[in-house]
Amino acid sequence: MKSTLVAFVSGIIFSVGLVISGMVNPHKVIGFLDIFGEWDISLMFVMGGAVTFNLIAFRLVTKRKEPFFSADWHLPTSTDLDKKLLIGSALFGIGWGIAGICPGPGIVNLVTLKPEAIYFVASLVVGMILFHLTKSVWEK
Amino acid sequence: MTESMILALIGGILIGLSSTTMLGGIGRITGISGILGMSLGKIQAEHLWRYAFLGGLIVGGIGMLISNPQYFDYQLDLPPAQYIIAGLIVGYGTRLGSGCTSGHGVCGISRTAKRSIVATLVFMLFGIITVAVQRILL
Repeated sequence: MKSTLVAFVSGIIFSVGLVISGMVNPHKVIGFLDIFGEWDISLMFVMGGAVTFNLIAFRLVTKRKEPFFSADWHLPTSTDLDKKLLIGSALFGIGWGIAGICPGPGIVNLVTLKPEAIYFVASLVVGMILFHLTKSVWEK
Repeated sequence: MTESMILALIGGILIGLSSTTMLGGIGRITGISGILGMSLGKIQAEHLWRYAFLGGLIVGGIGMLISNPQYFDYQLDLPPAQYIIAGLIVGYGTRLGSGCTSGHGVCGISRTAKRSIVATLVFMLFGIITVAVQRILL
């Protein structure tokens, strides 16, 4: 129960961060990626702020034997730079550049009820399901 | 620093606070593509934290829309097909690459995970190229 509450509150804080920072605004995101045009570097501070905070705070919280409200750590262990990682990230970058929306801001944009936000998230879900259905192709 | 840089920094710190709370609280990486992707299957108790996080995203968004609507003062003015194509590619790509801006960019880099650092460089590079190509073509 506590873990559910922690996740819920974290989701709220994350969402507020995405909104305040301007990450929900695709025009700002495109401006950030547009380094050969009218480059808007402000979003650099989003990742800068988050990563700086986490570089310190992650170290502090993971010193504990276990998380506060859970019995185990669930951390990725893979270290391979495989083709799935590279091709997947390249595809994500292309999609991100096309619309200026990544998954978190896409979900938050649903609250505006703008049809385009709904198209994006619905397609996002379909893309994820398509991956699930074709997963075995990548295991070769 | 301009106002939008300061807001970006404050928002970024909130995102850090959220992902640290997730890690310290329940031992999880805050990767939104993974959280959404894993939630899509059969409803299961083990996904409860994922549903809760996604619910929090929506509730936080509604709260901001009501209290500070100026943050949503922008248009989604590309042709609808572009949102659909982008969504499909982002959905497929983030699941194939095991992460997006949050999981690889915010959390993975902070854990100095080699895979996440490479993933972030790759998606940033391809994002930049895509925007540049669109600038030339459109």
